[in-house]
Amino acid sequence: MCGIVGLLLKNRSLRPQLGALMVPMLIGMTERGPDSSGMAVFTDRVAAKDRKISLYCNERDFAWPSFEGVLRQHHRVSRCEIKVNHCIVTTDSDPQHVREWLAREFPGIHVLSVGRSIDLYKDVGLPAAVADRYAFKRLSGTHVVGHTRMATESAVTPENAHPYTAGEDWCLVHNGSLANPGSIRRKLEKLGSRFESDCDTEGACRYLHWRIQSGDTLETALEHAFEDFDGFFTFLMGTENKLAVVRDPFACKPAVVAETDDYVAIASEFRSLAHLPGVKHAELFEPKPAEVYSWTVQ
Amino acid sequence: MDRAMRASSRSVVFDLARQELRELNKFLHGDLGGVSSVTVENPDGANSIAVGINAPVTVEVNGHAGYYVAGMNQGGTVVVHGNAGPGCAENMMSGRVEVTGFASGGAGASAHGGLLVIRGDAGLRCGISLKGGDIVVGGDVGSFSGFMAQAGRMVVCGSAGEGLGDSIYEAVIYVRGTVTALGSDARLEPMGEDDLRVVGKLLADAGMKHLPSEFKRIASAKTLYHWNADANLTY
Repeated sequence: MCGIVGLLLKNRSLRPQLGALMVPMLIGMTERGPDSSGMAVFTDRVAAKDRKISLYCNERDFAWPSFEGVLRQHHRVSRCEIKVNHCIVTTDSDPQHVREWLAREFPGIHVLSVGRSIDLYKDVGLPAAVADRYAFKRLSGTHVVGHTRMATESAVTPENAHPYTAGEDWCLVHNGSLANPGSIRRKLEKLGSRFESDCDTEGACRYLHWRIQSGDTLETALEHAFEDFDGFFTFLMGTENKLAVVRDPFACKPAVVAETDDYVAIASEFRSLAHLPGVKHAELFEPKPAEVYSWTVQ
Repeated sequence: MDRAMRASSRSVVFDLARQELRELNKFLHGDLGGVSSVTVENPDGANSIAVGINAPVTVEVNGHAGYYVAGMNQGGTVVVHGNAGPGCAENMMSGRVEVTGFASGGAGASAHGGLLVIRGDAGLRCGISLKGGDIVVGGDVGSFSGFMAQAGRMVVCGSAGEGLGDSIYEAVIYVRGTVTALGSDARLEPMGEDDLRVVGKLLADAGMKHLPSEFKRIASAKTLYHWNADANLTY
């Protein structure tokens, strides 16, 4: 069991409140996912030449300020925002070079996400504790994909927490479990994918990204996923300007959507939506099985 | 809570914005002391609202409910003025549960008795393993509804998804709209006089106005009732 939550703000004036609206959604799914949680926040895009890279280090006492000094000696960094044991670096260096340099010089640092819009946070602990640790309620942006995890297929570690990312500005969270993550992984590794955890969800994330990179739309990529994934899933996905949800053809895992003129909010259960302004008059519905729903930032 | 004062009014309000859900359920499981009506305010999608009622009490839930609302109901009347999460009225023994909005998956699962009325749509697996309860759905039902239903009736005023009535036993399903696909061993049968009477009565009980003659009857072809040695590789 896990909890998924997503929020896309249609009303621009609410964007500074994205985190404040999201935190109760995340905490509302504590019972579904008490062991870890995470959020991918999509903000206004940085300049076309720049990329944001979200980093994470599992060592609580990692010396981020001295890391920043070394980083700036080797790469053109315009911003380096340290948050506890996360760090969001904005750079116009090639993100692949930065990634390779990190793997060589700082193997304890994980790259959580790369993109012009996405910032990513994930860690173990109760959702309320994780939200506090990284001050989620102060985050602003256009849309957010969040997850609370109750581990079933792999250990409780930060790297096994969701969201997962692949490529740039793409993330996925998962409620459910896949029975054939090994074969998905082997297939993708042959095609050059590098896995960073042993969570079944990482395979789903990389599979869909690979499909879309190969020319599929999200819809046709998911058609292939229905064939290739053996298991249950509600997936919530984010791109730089979209939020999308899909449930497997048996719809074993719940999801409910609330839409108003101001926002689209998605959660595993209504109790995560109950606090949202105007939710009493929202259009409420459950996504139908095997149907892709997506919303675009205006 | 000043129980004596509230009990004397024979009606009690629980506000789940201020009170624990367990307080409500404990009250419902205890000596009701003459209280016949309970109102639940601000349910906000909480799980397990009014489960395990075993008394002729009416519970009005003013808002959306989460998982298992009115589960195991025995003799109570529960009205959800909103939507219900998965497993609404599951394993109901008797009484009546009504949802004015939509109900999620597994509504009325394995209900032994009573009447479940859903005014909107029901999700997947509505009436799965039904054991004698009755379900009336104003809208559509999702796929795999009536799966392995053993006894009871389902009346669907809208349409049904895939696998309707798969491996059904003695329960009967009536559908007014289209059926995407019947499940294994489920078949369409002609509506008889008894069927028209049953559908008419259930529609009247549910307060829905349709003509019984608009409904189709779906029941078991009974080909799965006995071992078939010629088909043993297909089992």
